[in-house]
Amino acid sequence: MSARGAAVGGGIARGARRARLRRAHRVELALVVLVLGIAALSLSLGAYAIPPADVLRTLLGDGTGREEFVVLELRLPRLTLGVLVGAALGMSGEIFQSVLRNPLASPDIIGVTVGASVAAVLALLVLGLGGVAVSAAAFGGALIVAAAIYLLAWRDGVSGARFVLIGVAVAFMAHAVLGYLLTRADIRDAQTALVWMVGSLSGAGWDEIVVVAVSLAVLVPAALVLCVPLRALELGDDTARGLGVRAQGARLGLIAVAVALAAVGTAAAGPVAFVAFVAGPIARRLVGSGPALVPAALVGMAVVTGADLLALHLLPGGIQVPVGIVTGLIGAPYLLWLLATTGRGEAR
Amino acid sequence: MATIDTAAHAPAAAARRRPVHLLWGLAASGAALAVVVFLGLALGARSIPLDVVIDALVEPRAGDNDHLVVRELRLPRTVIGVAVGAALGLCGAILQGTTRNPIADPGLLGLNAGASLAVVGAITWLGIASPAGVVWFAFAGTAAAAVVVYGISALGGAGGEPMRLALVGAAVAAAATSLTTVVLLTDLETLERYRFWVVGSLAGRELDTLVALSPFLIAGVLISIGIGRALDAIALGDDLATGLGQRLDRARWSSAAAVILLCGTATAIAGPIAFVGLAAPHLARRITGPEHRWILAYSAVFGAIMLVAADVVGRIAGGPGEIEAGLVVAMFGGPVMIWVVRSARPGRR
Repeated sequence: MSARGAAVGGGIARGARRARLRRAHRVELALVVLVLGIAALSLSLGAYAIPPADVLRTLLGDGTGREEFVVLELRLPRLTLGVLVGAALGMSGEIFQSVLRNPLASPDIIGVTVGASVAAVLALLVLGLGGVAVSAAAFGGALIVAAAIYLLAWRDGVSGARFVLIGVAVAFMAHAVLGYLLTRADIRDAQTALVWMVGSLSGAGWDEIVVVAVSLAVLVPAALVLCVPLRALELGDDTARGLGVRAQGARLGLIAVAVALAAVGTAAAGPVAFVAFVAGPIARRLVGSGPALVPAALVGMAVVTGADLLALHLLPGGIQVPVGIVTGLIGAPYLLWLLATTGRGEAR
Repeated sequence: MATIDTAAHAPAAAARRRPVHLLWGLAASGAALAVVVFLGLALGARSIPLDVVIDALVEPRAGDNDHLVVRELRLPRTVIGVAVGAALGLCGAILQGTTRNPIADPGLLGLNAGASLAVVGAITWLGIASPAGVVWFAFAGTAAAAVVVYGISALGGAGGEPMRLALVGAAVAAAATSLTTVVLLTDLETLERYRFWVVGSLAGRELDTLVALSPFLIAGVLISIGIGRALDAIALGDDLATGLGQRLDRARWSSAAAVILLCGTATAIAGPIAFVGLAAPHLARRITGPEHRWILAYSAVFGAIMLVAADVVGRIAGGPGEIEAGLVVAMFGGPVMIWVVRSARPGRR
C-alpha cells in the first residue's frame, strides 16, 4: 500500500473512532438524564409526596424539618447507595466480560458474588450474625473466592477460557453449599437469607455510603486507567502482544479492580441480581462496540435505581420488595429486546 | 461433499484419536458405569453384600428384606440416575457444541430457570407438591424456556449465532429467576417445598415417571445420535460450515429439539440437577478430541457415572438423612472439573 493509501486508511479509522466516541457521549448523556429523572422521582414519591421543586429546595438546605427528615434521612441514602452499587456492579460486570471475552463471564456467573453469598449466608444462618458483620463476611467471601479462582486458573499465566471455566466450577460448588444451607435451615431463616441473596437497599445508612463512595473513588479511576489496553486485549492475546500490550499484567490488574468493585457493591447491598450481567451487554449495544466501562456503570445505576423505584411503589397496598427481585425483571427483558432488534454481526 | 471430513479440520486440531482406541475407551467407561451401578444397588443406609444383590436381581425371594430394598428402592433410583445423568451429559454436550461456548449448560442457558418458574407456579397456584406431581410442569417449563431462547436469538438473524444464543439464554434465566424469587419471597409455603425440589435429587422418584417420559428421552437420544457431524461443522464457525454445505439452521433446530427432550426429561424427573451438563462434556472432550459423535457418546456415559456415584455418596455421607445428589455432584464434581481444566493442554478447551 502506498503512503497515501495508508494515510487515507488511517483517516477513515480515525473518523470511525470519532463517530464511535460521539455516539458513546450521546449514550452517556442520555443515561445521565435518565438516572437524574429516576432520582427526582425517587426523592419525590412515597407515602409523603414532595414536589420536585421542594425536593430541590430541601437538598439546598432550605426545607421544613419534616421534608428534611424524609428526603435527607429516608430517601437520599437509599438512592445514593443504589447509584453507587449500580455503578460498581455494572462496571465490574463489563470489565469481566471484556477481559475474559465471554458475555457469560460476569461476576454473578463465575462465582465471585456467589462466594459472597456463601460467606454472608454462613454468617446469617450458622453464626447468627447480622448487620455490618454480614457485609464484612460478604466482602471477604468475594475476595477469597476470586483469589481461589485466580490461583487455580494460574498455569504459566491465566487464559481467559480457563479462568471462566474454573470460575463456573467454583460457582457450582458455592451454589451447592448454598443449597445445603438453605435446605437444612429453619424456613424463616432461609427466607431471611434469600432476601439477602437477591440484594436489597433497605437500611442504607450514611456510614456505609461513605465507605462505598471512598472505595469507588479509588477503584473507578483505576479501572479507567487500566482499561486503555482493553481494546487490544479484546483482539486476543497474540494480537495484543503484537501491539505491545502485556496481556497478563493488564488482565490481572483489571480483574483485581473488577473483583474489588463487585465485592464492595455486594457487601453494601447484597449481590443485586443480574446487574453485573446485563449492564455490559446493554451498554455495548447502545454504544456500538468495544469496551464500554462508563456506559456500563451508568446502565448499572439506571437499572438499580429504576428497579428500586418500582420495588417501592409498584405493588399495591404498600408492599415493598427487595430491589434485586426487580433488577432482573427490568434489565433482562430490555437486554432481550435489544438482542432481538439489533441485527446479527453486531453480536457482542 | 462426502469426501471432506469436517472433523479433521476442526479448530482444536488435536491429533485425531484412533477409532479403535476410542471404542475401547468407551467400553471401559461402560464397565466403570456398571461398577457404579452395582455400588448403587449395594451401598446405602444398610450395605448389602454383592452376592445378595445379584441374587435379588436374578432370583428374588419374596419376603427377603434385602431383596426388597434392592428391587423396590435402589434399583429404581439407580436406573433413573443412569437415565437422567446420561440425558444431562448429552444435553450439555449439544449446548456447548451449538453455542461454541465452553460454559454453556442447561442452568446458564435458562432452561432450569424456566422449569423452576413453572414448578413454583404449580406449587403456589395449583397446590401441587409431590415430585411426581410437578413432572409435567417442569417439562413444560423447560420446553417453553428453550422455545423462547431459540426464538428470540433467531429474531434479527437466521438460526441465532452462538454468542447471541448464550446471551439470550442467560437473560431469559435472569428474568425467570426474578419472577420465581418474587413468588418465593411472598409465599413461605412455596419456598418450603421449592427449596427441596430445586437442589435436584433422586430420592423418592418413581420408575413410573421414567416410563411415562421414556418416549421423549428415546427421541432425544435418537436425535443426538444423528447430530454429531452437524456439531463438528458448527465448531468450524458459521461461514466455513456453510461453505462446506452444512445446513446450519436445520442443525440448530434439531439440536434445540434434542435439548428440550433430554433436559426436559431429566429436570422433570430429578429437578434441576446442576453441573453434570457442564462437566461431562469437558471430561469427554479430554479423551475424545474434537469429534462430536464421540464427545456425545462419552458425555452420556460420564453423565450417568457422575450422577449415580453422587447419589451413592450422598446416601452414605449424609449421616442419619441423606444429601441430595444434585448437591453432591457439584461439591465433588467441582474439584474434578477444576483438575480437568487445569491439566488440559494450552490451546485446547
